[in-house]
Amino acid sequence: MKSLAELQAIRDRARAQVEIREGMEDHVRVLVGMATCGIAAGARPVLNAFVDEVSKRQLKNVTVTQTGCIGICQFEPVVEVVEPGKDKVTYVKMTPEKALRVVNDHLVNGNVVTEYTIGANS
Amino acid sequence: MYRSNVLVCGGTGCTSSNSELIIKRLQEEIKAAGLEKEVNVVRTGCFGLCALGPIMIVYPEGSFYSRVTPEDVPEIVEEHLLKGRIVRRLLYQETVVDDNTVKSLNQTPFYSKQHRIALKNCGVINPEEIDEYIAVDGYKALGKVLTEMTPQEVIDTILKSGLRGRGGAGFPTGRKWSFAAANQADQKYVCCNADEGDPGAFMDRSVLEGDPHSVLEAMAIAGYAIGATQGYIYIRAEYPIAVKRLQIAIRQAREYGLLGKNIFDSGFDFDIDIRLGAGAFVCGEETALMTSIEGKRGEPRVRPPFPAVKGLFGKPTVLNNVETYANIAQIILNGPEWFSSIGTEKSKGTKVFALGGKIQHTGLVEVPMGTTLREIIEEIGGGVPNGHKFKAAQTGGPSGGCIPASLMDTPIDYDNLIAIGSMMGSGGLIVMDDTTCMVDIAKFFLEFTVDESCGKCTPCRVGTKRLLEILNKITSGNGTLEDIDNLESLCYYIKENALCGLGQTAPNPVLSTLRYFRDEYVAHVTDKVCPAGVCKALTNFVIDPDKCRGCTLCARNCPVGAISGSVKQPHTIDTSKCIKCGACMEKCKFDAISKR
Repeated sequence: MKSLAELQAIRDRARAQVEIREGMEDHVRVLVGMATCGIAAGARPVLNAFVDEVSKRQLKNVTVTQTGCIGICQFEPVVEVVEPGKDKVTYVKMTPEKALRVVNDHLVNGNVVTEYTIGANS
Repeated sequence: MYRSNVLVCGGTGCTSSNSELIIKRLQEEIKAAGLEKEVNVVRTGCFGLCALGPIMIVYPEGSFYSRVTPEDVPEIVEEHLLKGRIVRRLLYQETVVDDNTVKSLNQTPFYSKQHRIALKNCGVINPEEIDEYIAVDGYKALGKVLTEMTPQEVIDTILKSGLRGRGGAGFPTGRKWSFAAANQADQKYVCCNADEGDPGAFMDRSVLEGDPHSVLEAMAIAGYAIGATQGYIYIRAEYPIAVKRLQIAIRQAREYGLLGKNIFDSGFDFDIDIRLGAGAFVCGEETALMTSIEGKRGEPRVRPPFPAVKGLFGKPTVLNNVETYANIAQIILNGPEWFSSIGTEKSKGTKVFALGGKIQHTGLVEVPMGTTLREIIEEIGGGVPNGHKFKAAQTGGPSGGCIPASLMDTPIDYDNLIAIGSMMGSGGLIVMDDTTCMVDIAKFFLEFTVDESCGKCTPCRVGTKRLLEILNKITSGNGTLEDIDNLESLCYYIKENALCGLGQTAPNPVLSTLRYFRDEYVAHVTDKVCPAGVCKALTNFVIDPDKCRGCTLCARNCPVGAISGSVKQPHTIDTSKCIKCGACMEKCKFDAISKR
């Protein structure tokens, strides 16, 4: 170890792994429906796409997690985005490609992707 | 990038209740479910809630599972990790709210009152992975010290923080360092006392198991402050997990160049080696510890000269306890004002207590100095179980004393504990209820010190033995009031004349129980009764003929055949044969047997 910068580089690299263990009360939560219906409809690649993209863009206050079936199985894979103090947004019939756009438009820039939401698809 | 972290406690408590097998099963099941790229299993140090082990936390949800068995693992993987449904039956019940939502662990009574500095990373990071320590700002304090501060500035920072030694006596750490720094020598040493010997105390073990790098970093900082290039950690061989993790930590720190030559390109060299102790209590005394590191028989010597002048191998040495070191990096990073804002006027910061004995939540808690015993026992510890009443708490192990129920609201710090006849010690806190005999407790601790006395000085070697003999006389029903007076004066004699801390504090358990529970001693002597029904010689089991149905269950269970009587007739106990094991009382379905 020769410098503080070297230490800082290791810290930044290792940071992502322990961040998940800190408080998430003020986090935006991305909930991917992962009951049998969701998994069968292809929720797993959607979940992984969210995890990878959030990590790639180093979004600090976003937690991606799974949830159970919310009862609208014909719309699976379902993804809900819950922001503290705002109405929940429900995206339906998701794909990994759609996930990237949700991360970009909604999580980064704050614009709900209306065309993917349940309101536009039912 | 993992989407989920499963933290499993790998402390000694949870390991002994099978957490290793749980980790193995988890890895197998996760692999079978094809989740090995999504879910990371992390073995951490102790979470502190040892009573509920084995413990598991699943992030990002923060679900706290308690008393997990290997058989529960497939369900956790299938339900929680695959489908995202929390396994509610395994949740720690304090985290489940009435409306069926789950609150975070930090909102439960056990954790909400705690303030974690020394235990900050225990149960959060993987102690066998230096990167995880660095991720939570590890070694940043060492970097700051070596690149931005002079040794004197480091000492001033520690002085200003008000940190006092956590090993028991509470000597200001900064002053210890400044003495060692002021003495010129060709070689100086930094030692770490990890010879945690108090029965019931295990915070040092937990820090070393859960966050070993914090101790290494602090020792290097101490080395820079006083001008030492070599450190030794003296640790008991009975702590195999802690030793193993320390070895891994030292190896990783050397690989990263955080130990060794020219650290941070500052020209400062520092390395650390481990020395294993054979488990002698006296080797926790500083001069005995250093004598033992030198390879000699672990016996104390007269002070002065103090170690800061003439310590290990005759060179100036700083010796601090594990928990003391665990505070150092945080003080450097957050500033001395931050640290001194916590705690009481003369005792700054926090203290870790090992809760044991008759208490709901056995485990490890870290609270600000000045927290009352009542808060620790009733609020954090969950109180005394099975409807019994709190009687006293023993702090400081064999060197400390008892705090009776009437003093439960005393704010705990170094000076208050000394004032009420106990001491902080290393932080063991044993809770006793109304089924505990205080004379018996004093006897228990004396048996320990008699065993552990090294024998070098007469007051300790012979004196503690005589104390124990008098206590045995009292508990066997042969004591006189004069014995109690002799006991007391012998205690003061030993306190004043013993060579080292072991002997000087050995009478404390007797003195403090005499101070607060003298009536129990008197009852043993004059009434020949043990009020708590513990001392066998003074207790008789009797059968109430009105309640006895003559079911013969007691007679069949008596190991020595002391109970006689015919079927459906009241039975009797022959007290000359009875060994007072209590088996009959336990078995009786009609509550007919009692102690007298």
